[in-house]
Amino acid sequence: MSKRIGMEIALAAAEAVALCRPDVIAAYPITPNTHIPEHLSDIVAEGRLDAEFICVESEHSAMSACAGASGTGARAFTATSSQGLLYMDEVLGIVSSMRLPVVMAIGNRAISGPINIWNDHSDIMTMRDLGWLSLFAANGQEAVDMMIQSFKIAEDAAVQLPINVNLDGFQLTHMVEALFLPDQKEVDRFLPRRKPYAALHPDHPVTMGALGMPDIFTEATKARDQALVDSRKVILKVWKEWEKQFGRRYEPIEAYKTKGADVVMMTMGSMGETAEIAVDELRKDGVPVGLLKLKLWRPFPFEEMKKAVRGVKTLIVTDRCCSLGGPGGPLAAEVRSALYAEAARPVIENALIGLGGRDVTVDDFKQMFRQAGKSKGIYEFYGVRG
Amino acid sequence: MLEVRWHGRGGQGAVTSVELLALAAIGEGRFAQGFPSFGPERRGAPVAAFNRVDEKRIRRRCVIASPDVVVVLDESLIGLVNVTDGLKPDGVLVVNTSRTAAEIRKALNYKGRLAMVDASAIAVQELGTPITNTTMLGALIRATKVVKLASVAAPLEHRFGRIAPRNQKALQRAYEEVKIH
Repeated sequence: MSKRIGMEIALAAAEAVALCRPDVIAAYPITPNTHIPEHLSDIVAEGRLDAEFICVESEHSAMSACAGASGTGARAFTATSSQGLLYMDEVLGIVSSMRLPVVMAIGNRAISGPINIWNDHSDIMTMRDLGWLSLFAANGQEAVDMMIQSFKIAEDAAVQLPINVNLDGFQLTHMVEALFLPDQKEVDRFLPRRKPYAALHPDHPVTMGALGMPDIFTEATKARDQALVDSRKVILKVWKEWEKQFGRRYEPIEAYKTKGADVVMMTMGSMGETAEIAVDELRKDGVPVGLLKLKLWRPFPFEEMKKAVRGVKTLIVTDRCCSLGGPGGPLAAEVRSALYAEAARPVIENALIGLGGRDVTVDDFKQMFRQAGKSKGIYEFYGVRG
Repeated sequence: MLEVRWHGRGGQGAVTSVELLALAAIGEGRFAQGFPSFGPERRGAPVAAFNRVDEKRIRRRCVIASPDVVVVLDESLIGLVNVTDGLKPDGVLVVNTSRTAAEIRKALNYKGRLAMVDASAIAVQELGTPITNTTMLGALIRATKVVKLASVAAPLEHRFGRIAPRNQKALQRAYEEVKIH
C-alpha cells in the first residue's frame, strides 16, 4: 500500500486519470473543475503521460473530440462544470447512444442564474436522463478511486457506456487533504487496456451514430435503458475487485449508523461527511438517527434503496438542487419512485440545501433531524429567508 | 482538532500557506485540510484561507466559524476585516505588525493570546518582497506547535524549488523572532 500524501483533490483526480493512461484528453477550462485538466496538461507536457491533450475552443468541442477519439478505440477523458456541461449537452446523448466509454469528471457547480460559481448539483441533474453512468464522491479518496474505477466500468464489454464522476466544486476540488494515490503498477494490474467493440479506421469503414427512424427508435431507446440497468452488475463487480485489491469498500448506498434509526437522512457528495458528525452527536445524546450516502446515481440503485430504509420511520432526503416547478429535488423524486410500491415505507421529506455554495454545517444537519416529521409540503428550502 | 483562519490580500499567498501547513501535518502522518475561501479572488482584495489539523480523519466540510487560530498576513486589514470574528476565547491571534501589542489590542479590542512579528521586514530582507505567507507560517508554528518546524522543509522544497532556502530562512527567523503576549 502506498503512503498517505497531501494533495489538492482536483490534482489528485488528475493524477488518478493519468494513471489510467488515457490516449486523448480534450477539455476547456471552467471553474471549479479547471485544476483537473490543467494538471493533466502539465503531466502530458512533463512527458509523464503519453497522451494527446487537445486544447479545444469550447466544451461542445471537448465532448465532440472525446466522441471521435473514443470511436477510434482510444481512451478519452474530459472534465467540466456547470455552464460548460450545458454547452456540451448536445453531444452527451450521442456519446452514450454510440456506446462510447468516455470518462468525465464534473466539478459540480450551480447553473446560473443568478450567476453563481459555487457548488450544488444542478449541473449534473441536467444530464441525468442522457444515458451516462454517474458516480458521486464524498471525499478526496473516493474521487481518486472512482476516477480509476470509472474507466474499468465504462469499458467493460457488457457496459460500453460513458460515465461521469461527480466531485463537489470547491468543497472537494479545491481541498488539500490526505489521501492514498495508487502507483502505476497497481493501476495497471486493476485496469486492462481498452478492447473496443468496434473502432473507426479508414481501412475498415463502420458507421457509428446512424439515423434511427421511428420504426427502430423505441427499440434503440429500450436497448440503451437496458444497458444502463444491466451495468449495475458490472459496477458491483468492479467495486468488489477494487475492495479486494485496494481494501476500500464501495456500495451504491453506504449506510452510516442506520441500525435502529427512526430518522434517516440521505445525502449525495461531500455533505455526507459533515452529516456523519451530526449523526454521531445526536446518537451520543440518545437520539436514534442514521445516514445514507448515495454513491451511485445512474443507474439508480432501486433494490438497494428499498433495503436501506427497512424499519425507518422518517427519511429526510437532501437535494443540492431544485427541479424548478417540479417535485422538489431530483434525488427525492427518485427515492419516492423507488419506494412507492413498498407496503411499509417511511415518511419521505425533502430538504433543499447547500444551493449555490450555501454552507451546510453540523448544526444544520442536527436541526434538520430535529425537525423530522414536521415538513409542511413535499419539499422545503431549508434555512431560506423571507 | 485545530482550526486556523488566515487573512490576507489576493496575491499575498494565503492559499499557499494553507497548502504548506496541510502538507506538513500530513507529512507527519496526521490529517489536515487546507482550503481557500471559495470563489473568485482579486489581487489586493481581502481574502481568507483555512486549515484543519487533527489526529483523526477529518470529515467536517463546512466553513470554519470559530477558529482556534487567526493569522493576519497584512495588518492593513485590521479595521477593514473583523479578523477576530469567532476566534475562540482560548485561541491565539498571530499578526504581522511593527506596532506594539498595546496598539494591536486597542485597535481590535482584543484581550486574548497575541503573537506578533514584523514579518514584512523579514520578508523584504530575506525574500526581497513583502510577501509574508511563508514567514508567518513560522510565527504560527511557534505560537501553536501545530507541526514540527522540520516538517515544513519538504513542502517548501516542493513548492518553491530553488527559492525554498530563502523562504525557509524567513520562516525560521519569524519562528525565532515572534513575541507571544
